[in-house]
Amino acid sequence: MNVDSIQNGIVIDHISAGSGMKLYDLLDLDNLDCSVAIIKNVQSRKMGKKDIIKIDADIEVNLDAIGYVDPEATVNIIKDGELVAKKVIGTPEILTNVLKCKNPRCITSCEQELDHIFKLTDKSAKMYRCIYCETKAK
Amino acid sequence: MRSLIDIRDLTVDELYDLVNTACDIIDNPAKYSESCRGKKLATLFFEPSTRTRLSFEAAMYELGGNVLSVSSGSSSSAAKGESIADTAKTVSCYADIIAMRHPKEGAPFVAAQNATIPVINAGDGGHNHPTQTLADLLTIYREKGRFDNLTIGFCGDLKFGRTVHSLISAMSRYTGIKIVLISPLELKLPSYVKKDVLKKNGIPYTQTTDLLSVMPELDILYMTRVQRERFFNEEDYLRLKDSYILDMKKLETAKKDLCIMHPLPRVNEISVAVDDDPRACYFKQVLNGKYMRMALILKLLEEAGR
Repeated sequence: MNVDSIQNGIVIDHISAGSGMKLYDLLDLDNLDCSVAIIKNVQSRKMGKKDIIKIDADIEVNLDAIGYVDPEATVNIIKDGELVAKKVIGTPEILTNVLKCKNPRCITSCEQELDHIFKLTDKSAKMYRCIYCETKAK
Repeated sequence: MRSLIDIRDLTVDELYDLVNTACDIIDNPAKYSESCRGKKLATLFFEPSTRTRLSFEAAMYELGGNVLSVSSGSSSSAAKGESIADTAKTVSCYADIIAMRHPKEGAPFVAAQNATIPVINAGDGGHNHPTQTLADLLTIYREKGRFDNLTIGFCGDLKFGRTVHSLISAMSRYTGIKIVLISPLELKLPSYVKKDVLKKNGIPYTQTTDLLSVMPELDILYMTRVQRERFFNEEDYLRLKDSYILDMKKLETAKKDLCIMHPLPRVNEISVAVDDDPRACYFKQVLNGKYMRMALILKLLEEAGR
């Protein structure tokens, strides 16, 4: 399967197979006007299978969201058809406005201006908790 | 700016310092009667409370300070839609320290992030109530003379009881602590507290539904109220509220120096006949709460340079 290479934009590569749609939703890519390709189950020598997302626009993406979904994913910045930067995000310590706290008793449920912030409390279990009410991220 | 939002904000050494200050206040009240002269405590209570608010206010008055009070959310700008952040910034212009109770979890944390004066969490929903834990710790220290090598039974609502979670968290930092969890199955201690606090700190614990069977081994019995406001369903509340009632008969097998504690208010979970037993410590706990709040106000104001 061929998807055209992009001139200016972002390629999120090495997403573990099956996590591409989750990242697509978390990054709210559905609301972009530009071309966005999500390619599932691409053959990979390193990973066996992987997902790739290509965004054909020079936009800012929430890197924490990428690290949350897959800390091994790589973000490639493309300018004028050339790769100008490549980075692995890793596991973020803090997630800001990536997830919403689901606890109806949390202060974020009634104060709309507050950022939804989650802190990594157990790296091995990849567990995040709301910094306000300590509810576990789901 | 140093605030107190969670009991874990205080180190073990700081807790000892607060306990020592509180003991000194008890022994030498006159020494502290002018310590906060000219200082103002703002009590922002967005949820009904009698004892905690009065305790904070009494604490500040006994330190020679003054109190500005908002007694309910409906009589403040919060009713007009003002944010916690704006309330905290505004009150910082009037007072030297804030004590805040709020029904939403994390509200005092938001206040502390925005205030320019220290904020004390006086209870945020079912989340934290660190000054109750301070009262509990002073009671344990004055009754037992130590924080280590104690078997502590928690009885009643261990699921929603924030005071239970906080005290378990505080006591798990000491050695030789054993925890006995006594509750109906529906109100068991949440698994995250067992995993993140008890197991993580290597604290041995047992769980039972039978208070009588564990009574002889307890050094401390911490009773709790099955709180109506924590239930979504009235039927569940009515079915469970009388599960564990402590009376003189049940105390027959208890140690002679058992320390019976309760964060109050009680409904009927401790028979009034127990009040006259020397092992009943729950009203001393109320008084200890005031002394620990005095010690805390002094510490936070001093650290803030006010």
